[in-house]
Amino acid sequence: MGDYIEIHDLNKTFQTRSGPLQVLNGIDLSVQKGEIFGIIGFSGAGKSTLARCVNGLEKPDQGRILVDGKDVTSLSKKQMREERRHIGMVFQNFNLFESKTVYENIAYSLRIRHEKKDLLDQKVKEVAELVGLSEKLSSYPGGLSGGQKQRVGIARALIGEPDVLISDEATSALDPQTTLQILDLLKSINKEKGITILMITHELDAIKYSCDRMAVLEGGKIIEQGKVVDIFHNPHSRTGELFTKVFFQFQNDEFQSGAGI
Amino acid sequence: MSLENTPFWEVIRSSFSAAIWKEVGPAVWDTVYMTVVSSIIMFIIGLAFGIILIWTDKGGIRATPIINGPFGWFINILRSLPQMIMIIIMIPVARSIFGQSYGTNPCIVAIAASCIPMYARMVESSLLEVEKGKIDAARSLGSTDLDIVFRVWIPEAIPSLIRGFTVTVIGIISMTALAGMFGAGGIGDIAVRYGYQRFQHDKLLACIYVLIVIVQLTQSAGNLLSDHVRKKRGLM
Repeated sequence: MGDYIEIHDLNKTFQTRSGPLQVLNGIDLSVQKGEIFGIIGFSGAGKSTLARCVNGLEKPDQGRILVDGKDVTSLSKKQMREERRHIGMVFQNFNLFESKTVYENIAYSLRIRHEKKDLLDQKVKEVAELVGLSEKLSSYPGGLSGGQKQRVGIARALIGEPDVLISDEATSALDPQTTLQILDLLKSINKEKGITILMITHELDAIKYSCDRMAVLEGGKIIEQGKVVDIFHNPHSRTGELFTKVFFQFQNDEFQSGAGI
Repeated sequence: MSLENTPFWEVIRSSFSAAIWKEVGPAVWDTVYMTVVSSIIMFIIGLAFGIILIWTDKGGIRATPIINGPFGWFINILRSLPQMIMIIIMIPVARSIFGQSYGTNPCIVAIAASCIPMYARMVESSLLEVEKGKIDAARSLGSTDLDIVFRVWIPEAIPSLIRGFTVTVIGIISMTALAGMFGAGGIGDIAVRYGYQRFQHDKLLACIYVLIVIVQLTQSAGNLLSDHVRKKRGLM
């Protein structure tokens, strides 16, 4: 299994009112085909910007992003639209279309490609079955629970049969039980369909539960990357150390009657 | 019948009499006709203007300040003209289209011209309310710019667009009354000719009833429709 996503020296600076803000500061990263790769970092570390660059929603100032050997930073608008078929994205706030039923939300990317009706119908039902939403196809997203909404989000990204799924804090707005269900779903999608998943999160639990390898993002740089087990037991970076410390403290501390936090 | 020489209750009773309504009735039709036609024109052109504004906006489809800036100015200039002045300005335009500058149709030109910029701004603010994340999602699914506007942006904003439309239609109704002063006919015409110039206050009252009912009906219809959409979408 070779490198599937390769990121070289990625830089991105935003112009803000208080001057330029460098969000990504020379990111180097490689993700292998078929793995679940976790990227962790505190708020403002540049996680979402990194995700948006891979998907082409944001154009980096400098650096290259190769997805399956193709440089997505140098694609034209039209080529990028084509390339997005291979890159699915799932969002923290779900970002579902409230004006459309669950069915139409899932069908969206086929509709805009004017896919034939019976093929579209068959695919929507297939994907809905996979994420466990067959019963809800005629509902509107407004009436669904958070977990169901995220399932719609995942189904909507899956129907284009992507090779990569970017999960931008997909479980951060969900309760622990639902988080677990969604992570299980992502894991089974990864296993059954061989879809590479880039999981961006601030929840160490989520990474520990589902990822093979991970990277720690701090101040727009990857300061540590490797196997999840290694980083957990031997974190070198400050963020990594802090994260694992917080993690173990949550896990191990005695019941503190709320005094601890 | 005037309030100057008749008791109040007499005037009110007379305002419901058949003789009054024989005259006011056709005027109601004129007002409704002007309102409906102006609203349709305003809806189409205002929506198009609103889309241009949002398309070229900084947070829009393609930031093009070179279009957005002057276009915004143009709309602001139209909006800064009071409705009465707009009617006067539009007289030559209406004459060149209809060959006359009075009557319902010529006045529709002035009413539409006055309300289009207002509705364009309403459309703009309705569309700006749609969460940017949805636009990102649509983009990440491979949408073209047109897909985003017509399949996501506008459908998502429909309840808010309906409410904005209702407000501007009520603006149009009040403007048809003003246009009555300039030969447009309708309720405003009756109110000015009889109520103001001849002190026939019973006819004036009849005009007030009509306006209240039309505005109430419009607002209720707008609310019902907007709520219906929101209920259907599980948003309320």
